[in-house]
Order: sequence, then C-alpha cells, then structure tokens
Amino acid sequence: MSWYEKLVPAKIRTDASNKGTVPEGLWNKCPSCSAILYNTELERNFNVCPKCDHHMRISARTRLQIFLDEDGQEEIGKGLKPSDPLRFKDSKKYKDRISQAQKKTKETDALVVMQGKLVGRDIVAAAFEFSYMGGSMGSVVGERFVRGINRSLEIGAPFITFTASGGARMQESLFSLFQMAKTSAALTRLSDAGLPFISFMTDPTMGGVSASLAMLGDINIAEPNALIGFAGPRVIEQTVRETLPEGFQRSEFLLEHGAIDMIVDRREMRKTVASILSMLMARRQNKNLVDSENAPEQEEQVSSDQETHQEE
Amino acid sequence: MDLKFLDFEQPIVELEAKIEELRNVEFDNDINISDALRQLEDKCQTLTESIFSDLSDWQISQISRHPGRPYTLDYLDLMFTDFHELHGDRAYADDPAIVCGLARLEGQSVMVIGHQKGRDTKEKIYRNFGMPRPEGYRKALRMMKMAERFSLPIICLIDTPGAYPGIGAEERGQSEAIARNLFEMARLRTPIICTVIGEGGSGGALAIGVGDRLIMLEYSTYSVISPEGCASILWKSADKAKLAAEAMGITSDRIREQGFVDEVVREPLGGGHRDFQKTALNLREALIRHLDVLKKDSIDDLLTKRYHRIMTFGSYAEEAVK
Repeated sequence: MSWYEKLVPAKIRTDASNKGTVPEGLWNKCPSCSAILYNTELERNFNVCPKCDHHMRISARTRLQIFLDEDGQEEIGKGLKPSDPLRFKDSKKYKDRISQAQKKTKETDALVVMQGKLVGRDIVAAAFEFSYMGGSMGSVVGERFVRGINRSLEIGAPFITFTASGGARMQESLFSLFQMAKTSAALTRLSDAGLPFISFMTDPTMGGVSASLAMLGDINIAEPNALIGFAGPRVIEQTVRETLPEGFQRSEFLLEHGAIDMIVDRREMRKTVASILSMLMARRQNKNLVDSENAPEQEEQVSSDQETHQEE
Repeated sequence: MDLKFLDFEQPIVELEAKIEELRNVEFDNDINISDALRQLEDKCQTLTESIFSDLSDWQISQISRHPGRPYTLDYLDLMFTDFHELHGDRAYADDPAIVCGLARLEGQSVMVIGHQKGRDTKEKIYRNFGMPRPEGYRKALRMMKMAERFSLPIICLIDTPGAYPGIGAEERGQSEAIARNLFEMARLRTPIICTVIGEGGSGGALAIGVGDRLIMLEYSTYSVISPEGCASILWKSADKAKLAAEAMGITSDRIREQGFVDEVVREPLGGGHRDFQKTALNLREALIRHLDVLKKDSIDDLLTKRYHRIMTFGSYAEEAVK
C-alpha cells in the first residue's frame, strides 16, 4: 500500500483495480494512427483501420471466415496434435508453452487448414495463427500443410496460404527445420499437377516460413505494410551495424525488389484472388469441358457442364 | 598458447608440446629416452580418449566450428580428383561462400557443392565466414540443374553458420533463393547425397541439404538456429548457449536418434582437425558406398523414395475427430 493510500480514509478510498474499467471488447485503438475505433465497425471493415488503412493482425479462423464462402467449409488435419519429441525445456517447458498457447488461441497448433469455396469455386486454404507461439512452424503445421495440398490434388482445386509467422519453431529443433523441406516438397506435387498455389503473406512472414512455402507461390501476394523477410531486422542491424533503410522488409520494399507480384488490400482479397484463379484455372476448365464433350455418355456431359457453370 | 585449439584441448596440446620437446632432446643428445617418450605418448592417447569420450554437446558444437577443421576445398583436394570449379549464378555475382564444380569420385563424375569458410582473416572475409548470399544459392541451383541435365550425382558438403543476414541479401531475395532450392532439390532427377562436415546452420544449411541421404561427420552439428541465437531468444541471454545446445540436441549422435541421419562417419581421435587425411578417407568411403546403392535405383524410384523420406519428417500425435 502506498503512502497515499494509507493517508486516504478507507471510506473514500476507491479500489484502483476497479477504477475506470470500460467494458472490454467494445473499443479498439489503431496501433498505427491511434484512432479509437468502435469494434463492430472495425470488424465490418475486416480489421482494417478505416482512418489510416492499417491492416491489423487477425486470427487464422477470422481470416478463413472472411476469405471463404460461408457454406461448404471442412477443416483438414484437425486431429493432429503437437508432441514434444525432444522434451524441450528452456525457462519453461515446451509442453507448458503448448498448453498455454492452446488456451490462449483455442487452436491445437499454429496452422488452420480448410477445404471450402471461394465465390463458388472449390479451394483449399491454410492460415497461420500468429498468436500461437508466433505462428511458428513445427511438425503439426508442416503435416497439416501437406494434407491440405493432398486434398487439393484429390479434388483438383487451387491451394492458398495466409502466412503470419516468425519462422521455424525452435523447440522442435530439426523436426521444425525439416518442415521447410517437407512443405516445399509437397508444393512440387501441386506444381506438377498444374494446380495454382497462391501465397498470401501477411504481417509478419519471416525466417523459415518465408524461406520455404511463402516464397513459392505461383502468385505471391502481400498485405500492405507487412513485414516480410528472411532475417529479422534486429539481427541484420547487429550484423551489418548500419541503420536499416526506411520501409525495409515491408511489402512495398518487396514489390520494388521483385519478390512479390502485388500488394492487395484485405478488403479486396476475395475479389482479387477469385479473379486471378478464374484465369489460372481457365485452361483446366476448358479441358474438362472438352473431355466431357468427347465423353460417350450424354448424362455425364450435362452434369459436367453444370459443374463448370456453377464454378463460374 | 595456440589459439587454434579450444580450451578443453589445451591439456592435450601441452602434452604434445612436451613430447615434441623430448623428441628434439633425444635427437640432439643421443640419450635414449624412448621409454619415457612412449609412456608420454600413451598418456597423451589416454588423455585424448578420456576428453573426447565425454564431450558435452556444447563442446562438440565448438569442434564443429573449429578453425582448424577441414573445409570443403580440403575435401575436394583429398577425396576427389580433376576438380574444376565453376563460378557464378549468371544473374548477379559469384558467391565465394559456396564452392561448386565438377569432380571425380573414384572415377565417377559428380557435381560437388559446398559451403566454404576461410582460414585467415582475409580469407574469412572473402568467404563471408561461410554465410551465403542469394547468389550463392542460385549458383548452387544452376549447378544442380546442370548435374540433372548431364545425369551427374550431386555431393553437397554443408558447413555454414547460416545464410547471411544482410541488407543486400534481403533485397535480392534470400528467402526466395533458399525456398527455390528446397523446392527444386525435392524433385531433381539425379541422386543427391548431403553431408554435414561442420556446422549445419539452419535454413542456410538446408538450402543445399535436401536429398536422398544425410550423412554427418561425428563432430558436426545441425540445428534450426545457432545455440547462441536460441539462447538469446528463449533464455534472453547468449551466455546460455550451452543449455540451448543440449536442449536442441544438435550433435550427430542425437540427430541420428531423432531418425534424420543415414550414417554418422567417425572422425579420427581428437577430431577431424587432427588428421585431415583420415577424416577425408572415412567420408570418401561412405560417399562411394551410398552412391553405389543410390545408382541402382531408377530415377523414378529414387524420386518416390526421396519424396516419402521428406514426408516422414515430423513428430506429432493424432486423434480421431468426430
């Protein structure tokens, strides 16, 4: 108890912990322009600040919710759970870090994968949960990613990832490092099958995730002002002993240096990706059409035509 | 004190100096002290054995970075013949931190790709301490594609603290360069044998580390992040590197237990830096043996096996979902 609190008679003393509490979750402050924003309005704007267009970080599930059509969603690899192969312990046990992260995010690991539809077209989408141990890539993330790709191959659908990750998960050591190889190898199958892979990078996409799956998109897209790079800015600063240039490793910097195809505002995300996919998948659709026209059975042709129609 | 030796090696070095001294005495004075000499030599052997039989993970990590350890160019000299170094990524520059070229391994033409560190200060800077920039990885990829075209097996020698964290490296797409190699190596239509000869530093190592076999020299290490880096993030202090090294399990034997390594190639007593010739000989024998096995498979079988191998990486639990 401070001297002031002792001085003030108990009757008129107010409990500091109760002081000035505002009902939580009603208002939010933009970390970029400090504008106070009404949460409902912010959500309606996809968590993009209406004042300064700052793209706030969002959870994996929110991302998939606003990206996919409402119906036809099915989660892939949901039953996978992290194990602790090295019984890793630093100041805290890895096991405890896992349960803490699970409690905090309500996710079992840092990647959520779903089959769904984008404006009527079949698609498999994966999103990183940054609040789960910095969105770090461990064995479960890698395995879910691969299963997502396998689903894409099965149903002949494009694959998209939304990355938000600090990189590989140190607590799994080589198990996590090798997820870089695993995810990249799986992408070769998608590529060989002629299915598009869209890498949609959000803030931040660093280290092992950026140096594997994130940079391998047929189309690499970034959200405005996202931090994307291999080494963290602090590490680089310590290594080269120079101040880093303004905007270093931001989306605009990457666009300028030719690392990404485009920067897309979150509010345009669905429209832009759907439009790109309809072009990348055009030949495939026509091929299906031709195949079915040559097919002997009339019925099949009709159903196939209908399918194509729905997709468009 | 010879700075080229690590602190736990000092007792050995001192004993060796004594032996050397005695030898000179014997030579000069014609006194017979061969018994004493032999005794000392035995003692030295026992001492080395006892020190090296009980190395901590952190000590092994120091040996993997030993300044006297054989590097890629030493192995090229000792294991291969007719080496022709090939330079440049054809787009931006030649990166001296990665050495590539054609060579023969027991008569068989191969493509060799390896990280290269420097011995003296000048060379260390020239080689950028073995930390490649994107052009290094792109040079490596160019050589791999060439090897594929001419059906040459690829031998990768891994020895790097990591990919270089610099401004230019980021500007030229360090991430993309590494990612592209992982992607292409997974489907490259020729056998690839990767060997960690020293330090296997994270993505910078893995970028020439995807293949059909993973071999590690006894005192090499392989990790997702350097022990110092891990310590400074998780323990908030780089001094805890020793703990981090142990927690991550970065030594060849521990990684073999984790199931990633096909073979650990033993080094001569006291570590590879004490006997280049013998180290190279052991590794050469292992490379030839593995290559012979790999060559028996058709390329399609090889690729299927490689893919399945990569897909087994990981450790997780799974429960049924309603």
